[in-house]
Amino acid sequence: MCLAIPGKISALHENVGVPMAKVDFGGITREACLSYIPDARIGDYVLVHVGFAISKVDEEEAARTYQYLSEMDQLAELHDGEGDSSDEVP
Amino acid sequence: MKYLDEYRDRRVAQKIVDEIKRIVTRPWVLMEVCGGQTHSIVKYGLDCLLPEQIELVHGPGCPVCVTSLEMIDRAHAIARMPGVIFCSFGDMLRVPGSNGDLFKIKSEGGNIRVVYSPLDCLKIARANPGKKVVFFAIGFETTAPANAMSVWQAKEQAIQNFSVLVSHVLVPPAVTGILDSPNNRVQGFLGPGHVCAISGWTEYEPIVERYKVPIVITGFEPIDILQGVLMCVRQLEQGRAELENGYARAVQREGNSTAQKMVDRVFRVCDRAWRGLGVIPQSGYGLAAEFADFDAERIFDVGRIHAVEPAVCMSGAILQGLRKPLDCPAFGKECSPENPLGATMVSAEGACAAYFNYGRHLVSISALAANG
Amino acid sequence: MTCPVSIMQRKNIVMGHGSGGKLSAQLVRDLFLPAFDNGYLRKLDDQAVFQAGSARLAFSTDSFVVTPLFFPGGNIGELAVNGTVNDLAMSGARPLFLSAAFIIEEGLEIDDLSRIVESMARAARAAGVSIVTGDTKVVDKGSADKLFITTSGVGLVPDGVAISASNVRPGDAVIVSGSIADHGMAVMSVRESMEFEGAILSDTAPLYSLVEAMLGAGEIHALRDPTRGGLATSLCEIASSSSVGFEIDSSAVLVREDVKGACEILGLDPLFVANEGKLVAFVAPDSCTAVLQAMRRTPRGSDACVIGRAVNDHRGMVLLKTEIGGTRVLDLPFSEQLPRIC
Repeated sequence: MCLAIPGKISALHENVGVPMAKVDFGGITREACLSYIPDARIGDYVLVHVGFAISKVDEEEAARTYQYLSEMDQLAELHDGEGDSSDEVP
Repeated sequence: MKYLDEYRDRRVAQKIVDEIKRIVTRPWVLMEVCGGQTHSIVKYGLDCLLPEQIELVHGPGCPVCVTSLEMIDRAHAIARMPGVIFCSFGDMLRVPGSNGDLFKIKSEGGNIRVVYSPLDCLKIARANPGKKVVFFAIGFETTAPANAMSVWQAKEQAIQNFSVLVSHVLVPPAVTGILDSPNNRVQGFLGPGHVCAISGWTEYEPIVERYKVPIVITGFEPIDILQGVLMCVRQLEQGRAELENGYARAVQREGNSTAQKMVDRVFRVCDRAWRGLGVIPQSGYGLAAEFADFDAERIFDVGRIHAVEPAVCMSGAILQGLRKPLDCPAFGKECSPENPLGATMVSAEGACAAYFNYGRHLVSISALAANG
Repeated sequence: MTCPVSIMQRKNIVMGHGSGGKLSAQLVRDLFLPAFDNGYLRKLDDQAVFQAGSARLAFSTDSFVVTPLFFPGGNIGELAVNGTVNDLAMSGARPLFLSAAFIIEEGLEIDDLSRIVESMARAARAAGVSIVTGDTKVVDKGSADKLFITTSGVGLVPDGVAISASNVRPGDAVIVSGSIADHGMAVMSVRESMEFEGAILSDTAPLYSLVEAMLGAGEIHALRDPTRGGLATSLCEIASSSSVGFEIDSSAVLVREDVKGACEILGLDPLFVANEGKLVAFVAPDSCTAVLQAMRRTPRGSDACVIGRAVNDHRGMVLLKTEIGGTRVLDLPFSEQLPRIC
């Protein structure tokens, strides 16, 4: 449930005092309410659900986790070599 | 699209699957809580890729499925009233009540509008001052802040012809309910990623403590779900039971406090009847007294609603992960997306509907796995 | 494919009956087919082909009720011309003559009607057809949504061309002429509440010149223009008509990035979204390379690609290999896709 799609903030504006943003999704832009992400800036990626930004994408965290996942087979070989199957997830 | 495409990467998916296969030593039953996660699993055929030892059972995290029949009948009664413009998310349009769905009401002359955002209802209300605009405010914690904002703005802008029919549900009480069931088979949970983006995960820590089950907050893309499965299986194989965040790019422990404040202002926690599960105490939101003027349940007198569920439906058991859609004798026969008998078939996110729409009654998982 | 309950058990027609999915099929199967029953209709092609003297003629009709009337990349008029031109072209016929019937709601601005009619004239010239007969009716305000247009058309099927939905054989290559879902999302971009900004244009276009180039390059067994219900619906229908299975690679299906973005936020699957200037071809395996090359040399087929093949297994069923390597079944939806929040 809860379809929320990541998009990039391309512009900021206000609508009857409510902070809004134009968010870019692959080339189309849609308006989203920024009331719940008050510190959002142009260039930030946010998750948008029913026209509201609900969370900012933590880009460093995303990069870190994704790198870990992409290299998982190499880590697995390492662990097999050491005979140790436990692994802390970042 | 950034933060979307890379989470659908075939090679990374295969690496995670290989790692799961490497570490799994015995059967485990996991539940993905959200309907959107169920949808993703079936749409991408994720369960075909997982080793046989992993059984995924589908949770009650589909707000459309669990909206009570009584509430749907109430919504339909309001939608039928003259002078009403009834606004709803697309998901609810085809959910049948005791007498047809919103499409049927539209064919009989009802003014039904599909909306993407609750704020669109306010535009409709301003454009139609002579009509009463009613918004069917469903959803879990994820959607509550958006729905709350529509009520808040209606009050701020003195929009008098707008009201909401609130049918929000909360996830933690449902998870507890499943764990309390004597027949529970679920050993680990893929937690609701977007719900937790709003609410954080503090409410799940006591659940992990009390029931000693791993809960991994999980996203919705294929890589996210596979990662959630991996983290959960790792815990189970290592005998751990912890709360882990498998959706760290979107979720923090405290969640979104700005959103939570608005929700706490506009809504109050209340008991809520879940379709297929019965009344779960303190498991829903209703409007706070301050916003009573916008409560469609108070404004519209629909008379007594007597909703009766078909006896053959086993969606209660399916929502708790005790049975699978294919276990049901009515599946694909008397019960289909065209003629849904109960909660899990009425929405595309429901387990039964997902199975049906993605052809699971036509081809077995093993055949799909062999084809891959 | 499980069959829904009979149409006669319902009291009213609902929107789903016009969506191109299972409900639409049910309406045809249970109401129109038994009433009008004949060999031509039973084939359930998008057009009827029959002998007229020494010539074979193709005959087709289509009605257009799109709202709003004007959308990025076109309007209802162009759709009306290209829609019937393409239905004829899908039998291999050269489209020749069209009729155009207008049902106009009282109060429609004449300027709007004029723009639409001018577009139709341009589209007809571009497609090489003449609009040779027509009709006009005006109904009370409220009895029609501004304008409905019905076009019917006749075309000439060249000798030796035998294209039909029931002709696909195991081994045939499945080729799509370009990106999908452009039209449906262009219309969505101007729908109340769903609006978004961007550069998505309807792909409405006449396809006969593309078909002609393809016919000259190799052996074509079937053609379909995937309009309402999208590519998935066409694949399911052909699988059923020809009694073959399909294996489709979803990564091979071309979707523009911005169209994908629009589908993602509304929760729509591009495979089920309408196209108005694309075709899907089912081509003998030996002809695949030549046909593909011929397509890519034409303006309407420059992005053509192979997306899968027909197989002898799971007859009547379409299997999709997903982006991450899993498999799922593609099935006809009951009615139109709706935007979702879940």
